[in-house]
Amino acid sequence: MKTVISAQNLSLTFETNDGPVHALKDVSLNIEKGDFVSFIGPSGCGKTTFLRCMADLEQPTGGEITVNGVSAAEARRARAYGYVFQAAGLYPWRTIGGNIRLPLEIMGYSKADQAKRVSQVLELVELAGFERKFPWQLSGGMQQRASIARALAFDADILLMDEPFGALDEIVRDHLNEQLLRLWARTEKTIAFVTHSIPEAVYLSTKIVVMSPRPGRIADVIESPLPKERPLDIRETPEFLEIAHRVREGLRAGHADD
Amino acid sequence: MRSNFLPVLTVVGVLFALWYAAAVWLNADWTYDKATRSGETVTATSLVADTWAQKKPKLPAPHQVASEIWDTTLMKKVTSKRSLVYHSWITLSATLLGFGMGTLLGVLLAVGIVFNRVMDMSVMPWVIASQTIPILAIAPMIIVVLNAVGVSGLLPKAMISMYLSFFPVVVGMVKGLRSPDQMQLDQMRTWHASTAQSFWKLRLPASMPYFFTSLKIAMAASLVGAIIGELPTGAVAGLGARLLAGSYYGQTIQIWSALIMAAALAALLVGIIGLIQRVTLKRMGMAR
Repeated sequence: MKTVISAQNLSLTFETNDGPVHALKDVSLNIEKGDFVSFIGPSGCGKTTFLRCMADLEQPTGGEITVNGVSAAEARRARAYGYVFQAAGLYPWRTIGGNIRLPLEIMGYSKADQAKRVSQVLELVELAGFERKFPWQLSGGMQQRASIARALAFDADILLMDEPFGALDEIVRDHLNEQLLRLWARTEKTIAFVTHSIPEAVYLSTKIVVMSPRPGRIADVIESPLPKERPLDIRETPEFLEIAHRVREGLRAGHADD
Repeated sequence: MRSNFLPVLTVVGVLFALWYAAAVWLNADWTYDKATRSGETVTATSLVADTWAQKKPKLPAPHQVASEIWDTTLMKKVTSKRSLVYHSWITLSATLLGFGMGTLLGVLLAVGIVFNRVMDMSVMPWVIASQTIPILAIAPMIIVVLNAVGVSGLLPKAMISMYLSFFPVVVGMVKGLRSPDQMQLDQMRTWHASTAQSFWKLRLPASMPYFFTSLKIAMAASLVGAIIGELPTGAVAGLGARLLAGSYYGQTIQIWSALIMAAALAALLVGIIGLIQRVTLKRMGMAR
């Protein structure tokens, strides 16, 4: 197993008018190649901040983080990851195809390569045939799938996802979770996934990182014993419920010292 | 369309009625003066007939203005100095040149303000200060100074148009270029996009709705600028010159027809920008 992302004693303190806020304190974690790691915790636990540190969107004030063996900044410049935000963030003036082509244009892929990749990833997220549609012509779930396709279009082995399905309803969410697992199996990417939802975290992950707030830290790391093949009804099995229970315990422990 | 027809017609009708009534009221003094001198008695019908047909009324009636416009546009050769089309063209050319220069200056300043911290801190106060100076005070000086260095004709007037029209473009474009939210900027960062790429692919397209709105205001301001620029030139040609000549000789009908012409011109120009806006935003997928 090759370590893709490694954090050692990572800390990040925001200076605010009300004094320092410890968004992250002494967080250490290794993510192996091909892992699907979920970060779960109440708001303010630093899960998004941690993800943003991996993406070099936030500068840690202490400790060290490496991505693909180099610093997060270097990894970003090497376009090592695709980042999916909470909102789809598609450009209204570009078609779905145009939106997916955007990072490819920026990274200087050839026209022919761009076209090939666009149709490839559209098929991957089951949006083939929507290339010429504008974002407003698609539902929220379809827009989010398009934004995932955009993050998959270029050669990055890492996918960082910040509550990508947070704004969607339960049914659409289930469907997208299923799709995401299939996509992960097909592409063999390493995925870091921030979520609020316990079932979502347990259903998707090979590793669940439970975080707690004030200061933001890791409360528990759970290696999932669930098989890679996961139909939706796996969520009713005792194994599943047992992991969900442990996640809930971890979350509660984090809150106990409030 | 049809549902708008009746209300619009009603408003227009009321306006015309008020206009005609005001013409009677304002021009009545002169009618009574004339009557006293010639010893006639003024009846209601003769009062109305006279107040709507004076040669130099305080307020000309709409049909007087309409017939003046008819005479000076369609019944004169467009190259004639008495043609309103000729004067409109003089004003229009200065307006368009000034509008073009103002738009360019406005966009360049906005880009500078958005991308350069020093300009961000220093330029905006000057831009705002420039607009607090009454244009009527500064216009003659621009004309005189430029004349002294040998620049005359179209350009000085266009400069005044530019002076008025760059302002809405700066303000609108600064807002527009800053309209992408933090998430969209972060996204560009994750792709390691250059500043130029963020500009061309994100900031500029995102600013388009703001741009067109600014252009409409700039166009109207530009026309006002061109007309003001014509006032101190000695009233040679242009709608401004017609206004000035009209006021020298008490030709109120001429003043009003030049005013109406200017308003129609402004409506036309702003309408054209609105059309370009609709087509562009539709093609960009930003209008539904």
